[in-house]
Amino acid sequence: MTYRNPPTTPRKSATFDDYTLSEIRRAAATGIYDIRGAGAKRKLPHFDDLLFLGASISRYPLEGYRERCDTSVVLGSRHAKKPIELKIPITIAGMSFGSLSGPAKEALGRGATLSGTSTTTGDGGMTEEERGHSKQLVYQYLPSRYGMNPRDLRRADAIEVVVGQGAKPGGGGMLLGQKISDRVAEMRTLPKGIDQRSASRHPDWTGPDDLEIKILELREITDWEKPIYVKVGGARPYYDTALAVKAGADVVVVDGMQGGTAATQEVFIENVGMPTLACIRPAVQALQDLGMHRKVQLIVSGGIRNGADVAKALALGVDAVSIGTAALVALGDNDPRWEAEYNELGTTAGAYDDWHEGRDPAGITTQDPELMKRVDPVAAGRRLANYLKVMTLEAQTIARACGKNSLHNLEPEDLVALTIEAAAMAGVPLAGTNWIPGKNGF
Amino acid sequence: MPATTLSKTAAHDPRVFDLDQLSLRELNQALHNLAPGSNETAWEVLNPKGSHSVAVGVDQPVAIDVRGSVGYYCGGMNSGSTITVHGSAGPGVGENMMSGSITIKGDASQYAGATGKGGLLVIEGNASSRCGISMKGIDIVVHGNIGHMSAFMAQSGNLVVLGDAGDALGDSIYEARLFVRGKVDSLGADCIAKEMRPEHLELLQGLLDRAGVTGVKPSEFKRYGSARTLYNFNIDNADAY
Repeated sequence: MTYRNPPTTPRKSATFDDYTLSEIRRAAATGIYDIRGAGAKRKLPHFDDLLFLGASISRYPLEGYRERCDTSVVLGSRHAKKPIELKIPITIAGMSFGSLSGPAKEALGRGATLSGTSTTTGDGGMTEEERGHSKQLVYQYLPSRYGMNPRDLRRADAIEVVVGQGAKPGGGGMLLGQKISDRVAEMRTLPKGIDQRSASRHPDWTGPDDLEIKILELREITDWEKPIYVKVGGARPYYDTALAVKAGADVVVVDGMQGGTAATQEVFIENVGMPTLACIRPAVQALQDLGMHRKVQLIVSGGIRNGADVAKALALGVDAVSIGTAALVALGDNDPRWEAEYNELGTTAGAYDDWHEGRDPAGITTQDPELMKRVDPVAAGRRLANYLKVMTLEAQTIARACGKNSLHNLEPEDLVALTIEAAAMAGVPLAGTNWIPGKNGF
Repeated sequence: MPATTLSKTAAHDPRVFDLDQLSLRELNQALHNLAPGSNETAWEVLNPKGSHSVAVGVDQPVAIDVRGSVGYYCGGMNSGSTITVHGSAGPGVGENMMSGSITIKGDASQYAGATGKGGLLVIEGNASSRCGISMKGIDIVVHGNIGHMSAFMAQSGNLVVLGDAGDALGDSIYEARLFVRGKVDSLGADCIAKEMRPEHLELLQGLLDRAGVTGVKPSEFKRYGSARTLYNFNIDNADAY
């Protein structure tokens, strides 16, 4: 019997992992960068890295289900004659008609309205489906200005000047030709079937001084009635928030890198911008330094999934959160019931992100008339409303446990961090210590 | 909003708004308060002195004469009114105009007619950079020259320039038509000179007529538009972006 040396187990590189290798092969074969939807998928410091302390001897809890815990929020009270009053501090983020089907937009409007919150248009103009079914509709003012017109501006409930988004701070939009149907083409004044490139900068202003003048124009056109939001991607949240306030914003929206996109380069999504958790405290600090915290409202989005995330964001000083990806999942996006069809597309339920290709089996990120029939706007809207209700109840459960009679009374002192990174980003102590990295010289 | 005090003498005399006496807010509110069919069809704005957002969002077919120069976004989102600026205009004049017309007797700054969806913008002097950026159906006629990056990502509508055009004209252009009588410093990505066919000469004559241009023949212009090579992404065109 011959002796054989014990074999070593085949070892794959942590640097050149399977995904990386597949991406190199794909790039070499196609010569095109990878485009996909959704937000950053890499593991990032997030709300999961924070915990609430709850009540103890030093503070007492409120009785669950009995003692009131307010969830309402008013947005836009700084300058607007008609601020937005929401029953819950969870709004639906901007997603375009074009990237989403008409029934999906209608479902978002229905769900938001049932829940007493707002929904938002996107880079494609306002559709009758969403205006008709959204009690409170935020109209995005984007660099492309597709479909922008004064009539829709005046029938909006608020205006959101979009400077950037978390998935791609500094990047423009892209809607590939497959999704440019006749209706989408007409709304965007473009030929059918061509790739639609949205500009990364606004065509008629650059910088904070111009923004101030642009906001003045929008206010004048709408007779100072509408709240004006300014949305930025999570890049320099302290300065962007301060500059938006200086420019006259009623509301600042900060979108972290987990926030989704309809279609952007993978390299952009994963490598530009900051995690949502890292954006909140600098934005809140900017408002506090200017004496504008709670006067100019702060909305944060990017990876909000449940009531705990909502409560944690609010505890860090946010006025409301916004959901996009989670809302689509509630409508039916990436549902395992379509697994066989996801497999045919070379993917699996939960991983499907080729939203730009327009072949979404769930019928949400498509303009295919047959596929979009799979979304029943009434039933999907109901699911979204259920989900929003659960998130709200979860957040209230935590707030009551912390002794708060309003979600907005949650505070950083209610939180600790599980990791040093999260402690530093959120500005709360590492659990079991009084150490906040970066504070007091440490 | 307090009632505005107006020097209104007779039904068909212009309503005169002196911005030395009244605020911009009062001016725009009065214009927005106009009901369809109002007989207050003539308006005059005095002492604009570079004010921003003069006569924005007007949606009735009234005539507004602005006596002096204006700042940013004069006539922004105009729908149906006829605005004449007897002076020069700052950035973004007539931005996102839907219909109606705006005439600038002097020069216009950057982004004139940006994203305009319709109507006619006439600049009797020169226009600066990015004239007609992202235009979506508006017609723009410039008697003088236009600056660099004009008609960037222009989607539809017509840009007519009696003088010269700066660098990178029509970069990333879609289906807008550009007519330039003078020289073009350079064309942007995917913008090419195109044949002037009879229908274009006819179209151009109509635009010149609407803009009150006389003594200039359509045959003196060259036409530019999209080569349409960037309409669907192809890696071999990456250097063009």
